[in-house]
Amino acid sequence: MKPKTLKMLVGTTAAALLLAANVATAETPKRGGTLNFVVGSKIPSMDGHMEGTFGMIHPIRPFYSTLIRVNPENPSSTTDFVCDVCSSFSSSDDGKTHTFAIRKDIKFHDGTPLTAADVKATYDKLVFPPEGILSLRKKFFSMVETITTPDKYTLVMKLKYPSPTFIPSVAMPFNFIYAKKDLDTHGYKWHQKNVNGTGAFSFVEHQPGAFVSGKRYDGYHHKGKPYLDGYKAISAPKMAVRLQAIRGNRAAIEFRGFPPKARDDLVKALGDKITVQEGDWNCSLLVTPNHKAKPFDDKRVRRALSLAVDRWSGSKALSKIAIVKTVGGVVFPSHPLAANKDELTKIPGFWTDIKKSRDEARRLLKEAGHSNLSFTLLNRAVDQPYRILGVWLIDQWRQIGVKVTQNAVPTGPWVDSLRKKKDYQVAIDANCQSIVNPIVDVSKYLGSASNNYAQYTDEPMEKMHAAMSRSGDPAEQRKIMRDFETRLYGEEAHIIPTLWWYKINPHRSYVKGWKIAPSHYLNQHLDQVWLDQ
Amino acid sequence: MAVNETYIGIQDEPLQDRGWGAVAIDLIRRQPLGAAGGLIVILMIFAAVFAEQIDMYDPEVNDFGAMLQAPSLDHIFGTDEFGRDIYSRIVHGARTAMLVGFTAAILGSTIGLLIGVTSAYFGGWVDNIVQRVVDVLIAFPSIILALAIVIILGRGVGPVIVAITIPLIPNCARVVRSSALAIREIPYVDAARAMGFGHVRIVLRHISPNIMAPYLIMLTTFLGQAILAEASLSYLGLGVQEPTPAWGLMLKSGAEEYAESAPWAVIFPGIAISLAVFGFNLFGDAMRDVLDPKLRDR
Repeated sequence: MKPKTLKMLVGTTAAALLLAANVATAETPKRGGTLNFVVGSKIPSMDGHMEGTFGMIHPIRPFYSTLIRVNPENPSSTTDFVCDVCSSFSSSDDGKTHTFAIRKDIKFHDGTPLTAADVKATYDKLVFPPEGILSLRKKFFSMVETITTPDKYTLVMKLKYPSPTFIPSVAMPFNFIYAKKDLDTHGYKWHQKNVNGTGAFSFVEHQPGAFVSGKRYDGYHHKGKPYLDGYKAISAPKMAVRLQAIRGNRAAIEFRGFPPKARDDLVKALGDKITVQEGDWNCSLLVTPNHKAKPFDDKRVRRALSLAVDRWSGSKALSKIAIVKTVGGVVFPSHPLAANKDELTKIPGFWTDIKKSRDEARRLLKEAGHSNLSFTLLNRAVDQPYRILGVWLIDQWRQIGVKVTQNAVPTGPWVDSLRKKKDYQVAIDANCQSIVNPIVDVSKYLGSASNNYAQYTDEPMEKMHAAMSRSGDPAEQRKIMRDFETRLYGEEAHIIPTLWWYKINPHRSYVKGWKIAPSHYLNQHLDQVWLDQ
Repeated sequence: MAVNETYIGIQDEPLQDRGWGAVAIDLIRRQPLGAAGGLIVILMIFAAVFAEQIDMYDPEVNDFGAMLQAPSLDHIFGTDEFGRDIYSRIVHGARTAMLVGFTAAILGSTIGLLIGVTSAYFGGWVDNIVQRVVDVLIAFPSIILALAIVIILGRGVGPVIVAITIPLIPNCARVVRSSALAIREIPYVDAARAMGFGHVRIVLRHISPNIMAPYLIMLTTFLGQAILAEASLSYLGLGVQEPTPAWGLMLKSGAEEYAESAPWAVIFPGIAISLAVFGFNLFGDAMRDVLDPKLRDR
């Protein structure tokens, strides 16, 4: 047995013992009931491989399984992954070969047995999609060289180079396992409108714009689960409707999150009938200066804009009215690769002395010849947290004499302006990810990234990122990440950070078994959820 | 006729002989609701013009130490989620409402007047084409048309004024045309034509002044409509942008999240919008009563 496999087995045994101890003291799940939950969006398509929205994940994820997943009992961990359709997985010593043993007791909802061939067909679509087929996360698997099936229940993925981002990428909740038969028979677009998975629930009905419903799949491979008889995901784009649905017990939960005031109102109205789960969210709100629009090509101007923002006091105030809270660097705050406060406060823009910071900002603007700077801030016309942060930022910049007018537009024109027209001066943007996978997550800040809208080229940053991606040493990765962060936020101020999002999930107290994760995309398979009523 | 003669006798008394006080008292006596409307209008205009003098705080400055405070002596209308003084934002919001309201109403009714008179004066194919265009524009609900225009032109005060003005034009043009059709047949228009006056002079000097009554009535009616449209567009996020104070925007910010826990964030902007529209409508009704000969003796 290889040393890594041994370590995994020891770890799994320890986790199982810990879980057993917990179960002894925890409540016993009850079977039955239908979970009604509200979703603040609609379903663009049902194909997880081509979508990136919670509007699809929340209603559709329970129909599917993934190869591995974030531990449902420990979803806040940034490094705890467990098997879903596999029974074990291991890595070779050089980190270039990953072997997954596929379970033999899994059937698709239509009765087709699942084998390694189905997983291979799925990953072939994800990693090597044919021309014209969109795989949204294809770039996350750029290190994959080959996918093979030495036997019916073994899958091997060989990498071009060892990469710490590989396992977290496999655990992404969008990587639904499809049946090879469906892909071969119906083609790669069939799953956009049809469902056949191995998830805890089988598809019942989809009324576009209204709801999706599912019923318990009795052949589910995680024995004894799911506990629910079924679920109904109700589409309700307006927040007031979602809130009232929970308040009136028409729905039990909303998985994306509510602002602090809504939480307080629900708790005040319903007392202990409401349980609140909160935690940092793998989403950060950014200000993106267009480097091709003058004077934002001048790093002194960009640095001044960053130095003007008082993140530390903003965090205290804004966390009362918006879904933001933590001051952090480029990496998700609780991850081992994240900067600690000492490291962070050394970066310009994160200094704790805001007077010193703003004096420096005024000096830089004067030196750049833009003491009376004024510009238009492109923003997304979505209240939480975009509008709130927009108003706050304008007030922050006012304090160094910069006059800003806001242009808040709906999501379509906002994306169009960022991606295609590139006609903005400064824009508010966000970096939202699912699995906490820092080296992949920070790829947005590379000038070469397709989702970087600031229009800059920075070769040293590209090299740093490549070095991080191929380094097997966490200490080295951490050191490079600090240099990357300092260059991005401090020296060049390519991007101006604000605050990390903060997830607040108030839900009916009778909903049990669901645990908040660092992303609204994670832990949505619902197999562990039960109703205490 | 005797009744009318008596009435006209009061009406035609020269203003300079009576003094403004007497005129005001006379107006209050004969049109008490109109006078109340006029008072509201004057207050709104005063707030808009002297906003800097009567505000208590800078309406755009955040004060997180005073977030969502209930009305008190420090903040008579309370504060919003950014700690901004709601009274000061309402006073400055009056400026936005009056600017958009007056500009859109004056532009909409004046352009409508010119189009309506021109259409009636020339008649024939000109009238036909103009009226079909008017039919098309009237077929759209005003707010839908305004929404479409804002989406094309973008956000901000300028585009909002254009968006509100355009739906007003056909309404005024249609009303004015009907009056102008009657005036066109009066002999002095023929006389002007016989004397060789040009079309522009006849339209501007001889017909337009004689349809001032419907024009002014439309203008005052449009003021209320335009203020409401501006508030609606701002509420929908398509009007003026934060942090500029605007009543519809304030209502939008407060309505969804703070209606229960901080109702003052919703109530005061709501009252401001209602009061302004109510005032302008009362004033417009009184104007119509005074200027429309058919309603004078009612």
